Amino acid sequence: MTTSPVRFYQVGSFAVGNRLLDDADRTVQSDPHRSNSLDSGHRACQGCGEALGARYALDAAMRATGGQLVAVNATGCLEVFSTPYPETSWRIAWLHSLFGNSAAVATGVAAALRAKGKSDVRVVSQAGDGGTVDIGFGCLSGMFERHDDVLFICYDNEAYMNTGVQRSGATPPAARTATTEAVGPEPGNVFGQGKDLPRLAMAHGIDYVATATVADLHDLEAKVERAMTFHGARYLHILVPCPLGWGSASSDTIKVARLAKETGLFPVFEAEHGKVTAVSPIRRRTPVEEYLSIQRRYGHLFGEHGRPDLVARIQEIADQNISTYGLVDEQPAVTEPSEVSA
Amino acid sequence: MNKPPFAITLEVGSSRANHTGSWRVERAVYVDRMPPCNDGCPAGENIQQWLYRAEPGDYEPAWRQIVEDNPFPAVMGRICYHPCETACNRAQLDEAVGINSIERFLGDLAIEHGWSLPPAGAPSGKRILVVGGGPSGLSAAYHLRRLGHGVLLVDSAPQLGGMMRYGIPAYRLPRASLDAEIDRIVALGVEIELDHTVTDIEHERTEGGFDAVFLAVGAQLARRVGIPAGDSSRILDAFSLLHRVAEDDPPLLGRRVAIYGGGDTALDAARTARRLGATDAVIVYRRNRERMPAQGDELNEAIEEGITMRWLSTVNRFEGDQLILEKMRLNDEGFPEPTGELEELDADSLVLALGQETDLSLLEGEPDITISDGVVEVSPAMMAGENGVFAGGDAVPSQRTATVAIGHGKRAARGIDAYLTGGTLTDPPRHELATFDLLNTWYYSEADRTHRPELERARRQSTFDEVVGGLTEENALFEARRCMSCGNCFECDNCFGVCPDNAVIKLGVGQRYEIDLDFCKGCGMCVKECPCGAIEMVPEQI
Repeated sequence: MTTSPVRFYQVGSFAVGNRLLDDADRTVQSDPHRSNSLDSGHRACQGCGEALGARYALDAAMRATGGQLVAVNATGCLEVFSTPYPETSWRIAWLHSLFGNSAAVATGVAAALRAKGKSDVRVVSQAGDGGTVDIGFGCLSGMFERHDDVLFICYDNEAYMNTGVQRSGATPPAARTATTEAVGPEPGNVFGQGKDLPRLAMAHGIDYVATATVADLHDLEAKVERAMTFHGARYLHILVPCPLGWGSASSDTIKVARLAKETGLFPVFEAEHGKVTAVSPIRRRTPVEEYLSIQRRYGHLFGEHGRPDLVARIQEIADQNISTYGLVDEQPAVTEPSEVSA
Repeated sequence: MNKPPFAITLEVGSSRANHTGSWRVERAVYVDRMPPCNDGCPAGENIQQWLYRAEPGDYEPAWRQIVEDNPFPAVMGRICYHPCETACNRAQLDEAVGINSIERFLGDLAIEHGWSLPPAGAPSGKRILVVGGGPSGLSAAYHLRRLGHGVLLVDSAPQLGGMMRYGIPAYRLPRASLDAEIDRIVALGVEIELDHTVTDIEHERTEGGFDAVFLAVGAQLARRVGIPAGDSSRILDAFSLLHRVAEDDPPLLGRRVAIYGGGDTALDAARTARRLGATDAVIVYRRNRERMPAQGDELNEAIEEGITMRWLSTVNRFEGDQLILEKMRLNDEGFPEPTGELEELDADSLVLALGQETDLSLLEGEPDITISDGVVEVSPAMMAGENGVFAGGDAVPSQRTATVAIGHGKRAARGIDAYLTGGTLTDPPRHELATFDLLNTWYYSEADRTHRPELERARRQSTFDEVVGGLTEENALFEARRCMSCGNCFECDNCFGVCPDNAVIKLGVGQRYEIDLDFCKGCGMCVKECPCGAIEMVPEQI
């Protein structure tokens, strides 16, 4: 009888680490000597998805570049909670200028490094969804168009959380914010077309565009690593739930992110040169109610005076994403978790 | 120190100066919870732990973990009715982990490699008489030797094993496996006396100068009912049938055999009759399938072998070669009631499988021993009387399975040890049960259960070859890795990874983790994302 090696590892690559996997197949986060780019003592809320997403992404980028990394930061929660004068939580080279110009500043940093002949030092620019899709979009589009050697990371928590949860161009339909109150015939944010920045980035034809969530660490790290293999403009969009603004339990941050993906509301994919090259299929397909009902920003859709019609419209958006991106495998999922991160 | 730049008055400091732990109202605490498999094991095995050891392929440490509690992995991996699998949380996700088949794999591997049991303890100078060489007596002898006590094991049969040898057919438990595991125990320095029936326990105890006695005589007397029968009608009991087959002296049964009873012994008798050449083996049982005490696996195997069932029937009388059955019906409480309706069944012989009773005549004259319902009452430490007489196995109130008996043997050994050293047997506090709702099953990979191969049907009807095969190493490893490690940290690094505040400290392989309370804000994410439910939130005392 011929034997093939056992290819099943209990938690496979779903968990952060796994003693049954080789070190190389474990995440950066499982390494006790990870960079901890964003250190303890920061003032983010309990269960902050952005703090988590930033550490995940930057630690992966630090590994991919051998520690030769400069990060530029837009104004926003991430900047405010990490650097109240005179303290800093950053253990990497880090710059902050204004709310809207982080892409432009990063372009300048990349140019300066080129001028100094430091080709090994790589540049990351990071911003929240406000600093990306609204205020910073002009600078970002210019950076894409010039094809500057910068990885731009958007930590998307779907509103301006730092200033008190105001609507942004990335706020989803029906969500309540301070500026889209849950009143009237169309409560919460409007059902518009939204500002789908990953697709806008793809429209620029840049080398690499990807989406990820804090609920799938292996996938997120693999995408950062892949992004670092390109020289030129790249864009990574990470969904980072905000317990404060979304009204979810601080312990549910990862669960909420997982449900965003499993419902189809947040498609997780990667694209190169304007074309989608891979999608993360839905593993346990879930109706949108399960995602919406654990967030108080959607509280007005449920209960006695609920709006099942609006829930149904949100379900349509999810179904549309599922068919657009092919998020549901026709074949039942076969156990091969180690290939997920390949 | 350099002068700070223009308009800057303070040196840059790390945010680690800001102890965010002060925000916390609840803290995360690592716990060990009781996995349902361990909770359900009558032999007290730490199943989760031996699976954990087997997962990386460390089979010998895994086997050593089993024999801490149970010296019979190869035997139990075959005949245990595996309540661990019934309790397994994975059954609520897809299918229970095949714990029994992995135990067998490890047991067989140990025999193949000749791994020996942990050595006997330093001699204590005490001697214990163990009466009965079945699972309970052997288990007690094993644990007593490990505690350093001398053991004389006596049995009335010519070979050790008790019901494992004389009650369980070879197609379920090959004798080579049984012999190997018994020999390993004997090799620890157990004195053996076979073909010796103890009739007066007090006499033997005084004569031999024993410090304590463990009574594990089993239940060897077949229960009989008065069935009106003609002179030529052949009636025998299932236990003597199985016993004689075990001694290679099978009785003549004829071609049409009826078996009366609904327990595992009835199935064993029917399947044995089939292998002895019966063309028809019919089980007559007064209740229905749902209420049959026999375990499901064996019933299915029996039906596959061509055993037929007469549900809701009792034997009224046996005339010549015709059995007269009376049909029953279940009343509202589920008890069978006679209907008066009779039917005939051609039969050359009738095998009674109506249960066994214990012969306790050897206890006559023993003071302060209570016998009720034909079995010996025992304390939680398995002590039957104040004077150091302990009892276990089928002779005490129990489910009468080999696994329960093995558990009794271990418990009695510890009880005897406590008795001899002047202490009392105390149980460590039991952890809270790790129920399914405490798990986050998202993290476990999809994996359906691996089933053991079975012998082709034709060979099962004519030979005593083992019916159920073992797993290959690859399959056993796969199966072990299906374990979800309920309630016990398996170091998946999730808590270490998902903390937004880097407030989980990884202590290194085998050392698990620690919460850095200076920075833990008490968000509870580590608790929610722990796959196995090994962390809980505890309110801070403010």
